[in-house]
Amino acid sequence: MSVLNAFGFVGPSIDWWALLPQVILLGAALIIMLATALAPRKTSTVFATVTTVCSAIASYIVAVGLWNDVRTDGPSSSIASAFGIDGFSIFFTMLILIALVATALLSHGYLDREGIDAPEFHALLLCSAAGAIVMASANDLIVMFLGLEALSIGIYVMIAMHDRRSEARESAMKYFVLGAFSSAFLLYGIALTYGATGSTNLVQVRDYLDAVVFRDQHLLMAAMALLLVGLSFKVAAAPFHFWAPDVYQGAPSPVTGWMASVAKAAGFAALLRIFFAAFASHQIDWSPIVSVLASVTLIVGAVMAILQTDVKRMLAFSSVSHAGYVLVAVQSATAQGTAAALFYLFTYTFMVLGTFAVVGAMGPDDDHPLANYAGLGRSRPLVAIAFTVLLLAQAGIPATSGFIAKFQVIAAAVNSENYVLAGLAMVTAVIGAFMYLRIVMAMYVADDENEGPTPSWHWTTSIVVIAVVGFTLLAGLVPQFLIEFAEEAVPILIRG
Amino acid sequence: MELLAAQSVSSFPVLNALIVVPVIGALAVVLLPNSRPELMRPVGALFSSIAGALSLYVMAQFSIHQSDFQFESIQSWIPALGINWHVGVDGISLWLVVLTGLITPIVLVAVDPHHDPKPYTAWLLLLQAGSFGAFLALDLFLFFVMFEIVLVPMYMLIGGWGYDDRRYAATKFFLYTMAGSALMLVAIVSVATLSAGDQGITFNVIELAERQALSPNTARLCFLAFALAFVIKVPVFPVHTWLPDAHTEAPTAGSVVLAAVMLKLGTYGLLRFGLYLFPEASVWAAPTLATLGVIGVIYGAIVATMQKDLKRLVAYSSVAHMGFIVLGIFAFTTQSLEGGVLQMINHGISTGALFLLVGMLYERRKTRAIEELSGIQSAAPIFAGFFTVVMLSSIGVPGLNGFVGEFLVLIGSYDTRRWWTIIAATGVILAALYLLWAYQRVFHGEPTPNDQDTPDLTFKEGLVLAPFIVAIVFLGLYPKPVLERIEPAVQNLISHLEEHSDFVEPDLGAPIAISDQSGPKDDH
Repeated sequence: MSVLNAFGFVGPSIDWWALLPQVILLGAALIIMLATALAPRKTSTVFATVTTVCSAIASYIVAVGLWNDVRTDGPSSSIASAFGIDGFSIFFTMLILIALVATALLSHGYLDREGIDAPEFHALLLCSAAGAIVMASANDLIVMFLGLEALSIGIYVMIAMHDRRSEARESAMKYFVLGAFSSAFLLYGIALTYGATGSTNLVQVRDYLDAVVFRDQHLLMAAMALLLVGLSFKVAAAPFHFWAPDVYQGAPSPVTGWMASVAKAAGFAALLRIFFAAFASHQIDWSPIVSVLASVTLIVGAVMAILQTDVKRMLAFSSVSHAGYVLVAVQSATAQGTAAALFYLFTYTFMVLGTFAVVGAMGPDDDHPLANYAGLGRSRPLVAIAFTVLLLAQAGIPATSGFIAKFQVIAAAVNSENYVLAGLAMVTAVIGAFMYLRIVMAMYVADDENEGPTPSWHWTTSIVVIAVVGFTLLAGLVPQFLIEFAEEAVPILIRG
Repeated sequence: MELLAAQSVSSFPVLNALIVVPVIGALAVVLLPNSRPELMRPVGALFSSIAGALSLYVMAQFSIHQSDFQFESIQSWIPALGINWHVGVDGISLWLVVLTGLITPIVLVAVDPHHDPKPYTAWLLLLQAGSFGAFLALDLFLFFVMFEIVLVPMYMLIGGWGYDDRRYAATKFFLYTMAGSALMLVAIVSVATLSAGDQGITFNVIELAERQALSPNTARLCFLAFALAFVIKVPVFPVHTWLPDAHTEAPTAGSVVLAAVMLKLGTYGLLRFGLYLFPEASVWAAPTLATLGVIGVIYGAIVATMQKDLKRLVAYSSVAHMGFIVLGIFAFTTQSLEGGVLQMINHGISTGALFLLVGMLYERRKTRAIEELSGIQSAAPIFAGFFTVVMLSSIGVPGLNGFVGEFLVLIGSYDTRRWWTIIAATGVILAALYLLWAYQRVFHGEPTPNDQDTPDLTFKEGLVLAPFIVAIVFLGLYPKPVLERIEPAVQNLISHLEEHSDFVEPDLGAPIAISDQSGPKDDH
């Protein structure tokens, strides 16, 4: 910095404490890579996993400290107000870190089983997590884009990590091409936003939009549309979901869980920041579009899910329909709706990680016919009951967090007087439930001679599944703590 | 005395205990070692009997002349959303709670699941807890939670211990009910939100019923959403088609609890959340719903006559009986509502017992086809005797419980829904037709060698059936203790209805006199 200053280049002041969560993760990634390159003996996966988990925990502790700071001193921003620290960003930081621990543990089991010796997997995972945190904390569209790319590039490689499987490479290629495509949309949207408002900083965008009445707002509308399309790709909202089933199916199951939880959550974080916070004055323009997007996503997700025969593809479409529920909350454009979306994303992260943890244990990456699950209730009753809880939670059955999440989404839609969308969301929930019930039925109702499958269960999987199921039931029975957390995290634009 | 009852309430939250005890029982059963399968059902029966005893305690402590909710208990649950854990009991729910409390232990003792006793017992206990919760809930959110949660144990019971087509039946059952309640959730949120006003959002049923803050059109739409959920659960024609499948494929325990307890969630829901929350909309929709109820009476009876499977026949007879209850509810007189509530109990007893008997017959013969059975009476006379009493109760023969309920419904409905009542009355005759005809084919006639070997009722089975017979005869001869507890709540509901709509109950004289003794019945 001082070298640059000597040339008359004055950098912005940096609040390192606020950046510490990402810095720890990137530091851990560097340590893993260095150890791989320099250590005399081969670095084991255990080392990478332990480093990842420890750094995530350290990062989490910092995030808790930041949370307390925000509660006492209010939100703050750093690096020329490009990077914000508020309840919203810390909420997502915590969510991402929890998912990081779970995914690191699951990947450990996966790499063990498949005999892949790749500590760099965890380094990529750490980079991806750091990118997701940046995306959720960004207060500037360019920084947001940087975060998105860091998040995605890690995932591209992680999908293809199993180099003996052609399906994985195909899947990575698909995700890469479509991901690049969606990035282009997003960038174009950012450029047009700059053109329309003269800034990429969200605060300045908002201030400009509040102050100025456009004579014609084609440019701004185009910017909003392109941003929405770009982010819809990331969160797998229909009709921009076509990559999801193939990629989810071909990817290693822990990575699928990572995509369905973190990539989706980060995408929604960006979506909420941009639309709910920056484009707040134009919600009358974007809210109807988002509500149409939500309806299409709900219908496509539910209907396509029941047509699948492969469990991983079913869950891919179910992930699409869950994006639809979050969009229902987003379209309400209220603080209540945003809190509902946050609650939904938080609980869904747990559910989907656990679901793909079980799926990952059930067999190879891309072959999960429903018949493989027949008789699981007999051969592994505990696994079956855990999977049942997670599936029923996704179906939104009471006593699970999924129901509370769905309830809040419906409440948000009703409050914004969008009764039709609320009704549609509930009806598609019933259609979706058929798919979850099919899996449950397969596990419990099997022919008598069927011995049932014996999944290759790794102890790390047990930890994740137990924790996830416990949380899903806890947040379903006494959700107050999480609701308060989500309400405190509703984004406010960070000034100063 | 009322004061005393109120005091004893505050000391011990008995209604919460009702819900919690079976859950603890389920956990206890789950924690029992797998190596002792013979322990599962006794332990389960113990816990569900404790819950049953508590329900009897509630009945004993229930003060007769009070129309308000008793034993009320409110705990804050999710304050951020305005949701409380709020339970209470009145004359309408009291007997359903008792029924739930007593049926489950009987079923646990009576029916052997043949395999996997641990999950079987645990699911039945959770079913009991959920049913208690649904009948006791005075918070709309809590009610919805319980209303949906009972689907899971029943789904698992049908899927895990049912007959050949159980996969289809279980899924159909689950999805039908869930589809019905989908829009109810939207309506629940709408009612709570739109009634909020300055007083803040609440899901408290009593509070919402008092506020009546919705505009008539909104209230009607919300009522329709609620009603859809309930008519599917009842089930009312034409959304009854899940019922025959679920009943037929379910294991005996599932069928009994489904008929005795779960169908009542529908009719109970119509009373508690239809009439009470939306009085004006209920009056508006009454002709349609009463018509559907009467169609159910006739349709159920005709289809039951055609059945070849004994269990399916009983299932369709359920459709007919529940139609009576719906007619009683939407006739809006004290007698018809009392009859409706009483008939919920009667149907629970008689149809529950019929399913138990058919299950016992299936255990003996491995068939339920009417044409494969004949002359059972000579081989198993005691069994036939029990069956006769239960069947006569289901038909509604005077002196047994079914008659009192049906009679009250018909006499109460006559003034407000004359033509509906006349048509429904023929349903009584049809009930005699299909049940007696089935009885004749199965129990009379020449026994084949197979039929000759049908073992008679064992002592234990007799013991299990005895409470049903006692209840059938007792309620038939002396329904007063039951009716006088139902009546204040029903009258309260009707005056609520009159207050908030332009409906006026016709004067039928002192209602309790009708139920007091058999004498005045002939006058009408």
